[in-house]
Amino acid sequence: MQNEPNKYVKELTQEKYKYGFTTDIQTDIIGKGLNEDVIRLISSKKKEPQWLLEFRLEAFRHWQTMKMPTWGHLTIPDIDYQAISYYADPTQKNKGPKSEEEIDPELIKTFNKLGIPLHEQRQLTGMAVDAVMDSVSVKTTFRETLMEKGIIFCPISEAVREHPDLVQKYLGSVVPYRDNFFAALNSAVFSDGSFVYIPKGVRCPMELSTYFRINAAKTGQFERTLIVADDDSYVSYLEGCTAPMRDENQLHAAIVEIYVHDNAEVKYSTVQNWYPGDANGNGGILNLVTKRGLCKGVNSKLSWTQVETGSAITWKYPSCVLAGDNASAEFYSVAVTNNYQQADTGTKMIHIGKNTSSTIVSKGISAGKSQNSYRGLVRVSEHADNARNYSQCDSLLLGSECGAHTFPYMDIHNDTAVVEHEATTSKINEDQLFYCNQRGIPTEQAVGLIVNGYAKEVINKLPMEFAVEAQKLLSVSLEGTVG
Amino acid sequence: MLEIKDLYASVNGKEILKGINLTIRKGEVHAIMGPNGSGKSTLSAVLVGNPAYEVTKGTVTFEGKDLLALKPEDRSHLGIFLSFQYPVEIPGVSMVNFMRTALNEKLKYEGKEPLSASAFLRLMREKRAIVELDNKLANRAVNEGFSGGEKKRNEIFQMAMLEPKLSILDETDSGLDIDALRIVGEGVTKLKTPETSCIVITHYQRLLDYIKPDIVHVLYNGRIVKTAGPELVMELEKRGYDWIKDEVGE
Amino acid sequence: MGAKQQYIDLYAENKDLIQQHSSDVMNKHREQAFADFNRMGFPTQKQEEYKYTNVDKLFEPDYGLNLNRIHIPVNPYEVFKCDVPNLSTSLYFVVNDSFYDKALPKAHLPEGVLLGSLRRLSTEYPELIGKYYGKLADTSKDSVTALNTFLAQDGFVLYVPKNVVVEKPIQLVNTLRADVNLMANRRILIILEEGASAHLLICDHAMDDMQFLSTQVVEVFVGENAQLDFYELEETHTKTVRFSNMYVDQARDSKTLFNGMTLQNGKTRNMTRIMLSGQGAEVNLCGMAIADKNEHVDNNTLIDHVASDCTSNELFKYVLDDQAVGAFAGKVLVRPGAQRTVSQETNKNLCATKQARMYAQPMLEIYADDVKCSHGSTVGQLDERALFYMQQRGIPLKEARMLLMFAFVNEVINTISLDALKERLHILVEKRFRGQLNQCDGCAICKR
Repeated sequence: MQNEPNKYVKELTQEKYKYGFTTDIQTDIIGKGLNEDVIRLISSKKKEPQWLLEFRLEAFRHWQTMKMPTWGHLTIPDIDYQAISYYADPTQKNKGPKSEEEIDPELIKTFNKLGIPLHEQRQLTGMAVDAVMDSVSVKTTFRETLMEKGIIFCPISEAVREHPDLVQKYLGSVVPYRDNFFAALNSAVFSDGSFVYIPKGVRCPMELSTYFRINAAKTGQFERTLIVADDDSYVSYLEGCTAPMRDENQLHAAIVEIYVHDNAEVKYSTVQNWYPGDANGNGGILNLVTKRGLCKGVNSKLSWTQVETGSAITWKYPSCVLAGDNASAEFYSVAVTNNYQQADTGTKMIHIGKNTSSTIVSKGISAGKSQNSYRGLVRVSEHADNARNYSQCDSLLLGSECGAHTFPYMDIHNDTAVVEHEATTSKINEDQLFYCNQRGIPTEQAVGLIVNGYAKEVINKLPMEFAVEAQKLLSVSLEGTVG
Repeated sequence: MLEIKDLYASVNGKEILKGINLTIRKGEVHAIMGPNGSGKSTLSAVLVGNPAYEVTKGTVTFEGKDLLALKPEDRSHLGIFLSFQYPVEIPGVSMVNFMRTALNEKLKYEGKEPLSASAFLRLMREKRAIVELDNKLANRAVNEGFSGGEKKRNEIFQMAMLEPKLSILDETDSGLDIDALRIVGEGVTKLKTPETSCIVITHYQRLLDYIKPDIVHVLYNGRIVKTAGPELVMELEKRGYDWIKDEVGE
Repeated sequence: MGAKQQYIDLYAENKDLIQQHSSDVMNKHREQAFADFNRMGFPTQKQEEYKYTNVDKLFEPDYGLNLNRIHIPVNPYEVFKCDVPNLSTSLYFVVNDSFYDKALPKAHLPEGVLLGSLRRLSTEYPELIGKYYGKLADTSKDSVTALNTFLAQDGFVLYVPKNVVVEKPIQLVNTLRADVNLMANRRILIILEEGASAHLLICDHAMDDMQFLSTQVVEVFVGENAQLDFYELEETHTKTVRFSNMYVDQARDSKTLFNGMTLQNGKTRNMTRIMLSGQGAEVNLCGMAIADKNEHVDNNTLIDHVASDCTSNELFKYVLDDQAVGAFAGKVLVRPGAQRTVSQETNKNLCATKQARMYAQPMLEIYADDVKCSHGSTVGQLDERALFYMQQRGIPLKEARMLLMFAFVNEVINTISLDALKERLHILVEKRFRGQLNQCDGCAICKR
């Protein structure tokens, strides 16, 4: 064995980001800057009702009173909110596309290149896709098939028009605009995202997914997703994200709200692969996201699974409020950071109902000069009798210049609670690497193998197609971290 | 000594015991056998008052007292001892402290003076020899880090210390190698007097080679479906339980 | 922010008086500390490190200060007999904030060891003490440290020169004694030079049923290969407020044990900052709290791995009853280059009632890759299976609970290397659990 430190973990090289191309397409971008007129313009472009404009304006006024949070273990570059364009529509040539024939062929090509074909017959059966580029939903597949079961799966801007009662009832009910700085900003300027409604007693027969793509330069993306699972329903929802390679940071401030009724179950999986910036830390997406689910009903269930490999900065805590009795929630996460990436991610489990349980499994992998933090809160409120939580947070270090941090918070206000937290931090096991080498496996592959094994518990939670994709992504993200 | 009448009990709302009737007289050894899940361990748990089990019907009297109305510790003080199938590890509580507290509580219940430290240690030493329990084990925390065999020997050691009137051995033979089985078997035999009774719950004949039962019961589906003399053990060993199931007509 | 101004006024008006009854070494730091305090004020609960304790509120009441150093007519050696039986110690007292040197015992300390009043010793040995005083306790980062630095007039010093081993444990009793509500600000300075070794036990007591607020800043320097065992035991009452900030610097291959036990208190916040600045240093940091009624115990610790090849073990346990509040925030920081760090942190807590609250926050912040770090934290109840097992053996439920709680905190007590002290604590803890601590039979004062 070699005792020389970091023998296998050498200088970094530029990793390959294969989604870094741009699409040359005529895009309707509104002028830079943010004020009430811009919000009115966005609202009018989307032909929104008055109540939604009011909602946006209230959120904007509140946002103006707020300051950007600084508690994260992150160095966030100054964001000039007046230098960003808040609306970019690549579909403006033909308004409101209804079939793929009407969509600009450039867009179809783009999504094909990303591995997201918009032709239903070419798609993997069992998966419906809402494809969002910049501020607008380009196409949602299998809508009719789903509609037969009463399932609504459409862009949120369309849901505002077609299902105003549902949207008005649930929008902001889980993440109010006052929640935090970025939630307020999103509520003011949110563009597109998906709306899902699963009616009572319906098991959604296919995976629903949204693919987010940022294309236009100097714009921000403010996705808004709202999922409502009515009594006794079930849905599995997937989300994927990519963006072109650009030298300047781009802002992505999303909100995902999930409302789970009695006996319903929602699985939400994310493979986040926004452009992470180059090897010198230039460019990349600032991913500042609020995701929260409300397990309102009895026996309701919510499961978050995330594989985070992209973004220059990730600030994201998919959370669960366990309000209903017997509700249960899970958070499974793999976060990989390389080069100059920074991630501060984790979850909040708020136990309010009786007999609620939650599980947290977080695997952090840091390489290069990156900083990777787990931050999580488990709160058991006074009336949450018999609450159970188990948390496991592991960090793996590849390289001597990166950082791995763990910041769990446990606030226990009930004597019947059983809450356990465990965390470990260590470097990759040299004995394992050597064992692989001896069997003829080159170090780079060996690292890939070991890292995938390390993350397996989380990857296994993903639907099959995503799991394969996530495994590849893990290996690619770490390319160049070893020699 | 012990009289069980029409006993029904359930755990987590599931009914396990469905009308047990059993009488045990002073000096008797009863073996209770039966397939997995028939309710053997539930019966022992109910007799010692495990709070996880709920008695829904029936009565149990021990020397004329209503056993079901008593707290677990008071049942113990009356002289009922359970050798646990899975003895519990209690980190941080030393065997000496544990046993001295238990014994002195029993003496207090009987209105007697507690033992002096030296008398207690002498008694420990004497009783330890019965099950060949190492002094090192006696100085450790209760059952912590004990092997399966050591835990069972520790149970019998505690039985020797507390001198119960009725001992219930719940699968005390499971997980024992031949030597440990001999030690446990001989230990229990040494402790047996004409004044004390014993319930032996087991799957096998091997422990009963040491502790000869007077009466053998087969428990099946929450009821005693067959009661006979010691010869039944041999028959069960040879033929298994299926023929009894057939007899019961299920 | 009501509390800040009164301390600013206090200092501005009494600056000369404070200085006059102190030493130059201590006076030298006051202006900077005052400026720092003026700038920062008291921390709010929005500040991460003070999240669990409302400092401003605790400093708000109007406490008296004995700035004039009026002699309090008490001989602690006569009234205070709460010695640890079978533990022969060199016993010293700090009454409120001044070292009691009126009737010192015949000390059998090895040659060269300095022990006693900080005010006196820093006057006699200004160069030696001046080299260490205020070097670790950074007044620009923490306002309680700043406040203590500009108000404290005296305290305790232990200096052990190179390769000197102090065999006999040293016991220091901080007693709070007053007929009015009182604030006491004391300083403790401990210096172990290369190869030196000592055991120190500090006990906090309150002699009177008054409201007391004490601030204490402890600076500990542990030289190369030096060894220190440091125990702190708080047995005060529900009207006392204690803020203790301890700063430790450990040189190469030094080894320490710090064990802070809160048995009875009012509101307590202990902050511990341990810097492992020399290669191969080892720290064992332990603590426990048994709290009921409205007691509040907040332990905030940082173990800072600066050098490589250092080891840290941390163990904190809380038992909370009634409306007690417990908080534990323990950070382990591994700096770039601190390779081959081994660190383990364990925090376990028992809550006995619905009203008791526990906040646990074990943190790892790691900037080096060749490390083995872990932490675990649990909040839960006593093992029901164990309780039943004990009941079956005839142990009443109440007694069984007691045994398990006792076993739970025993893990912390067992880290103590002085057997007599360990025995003493076993007894104290058992009494505490039985609610009899106030009737202890050892001394005349704490037995009401």
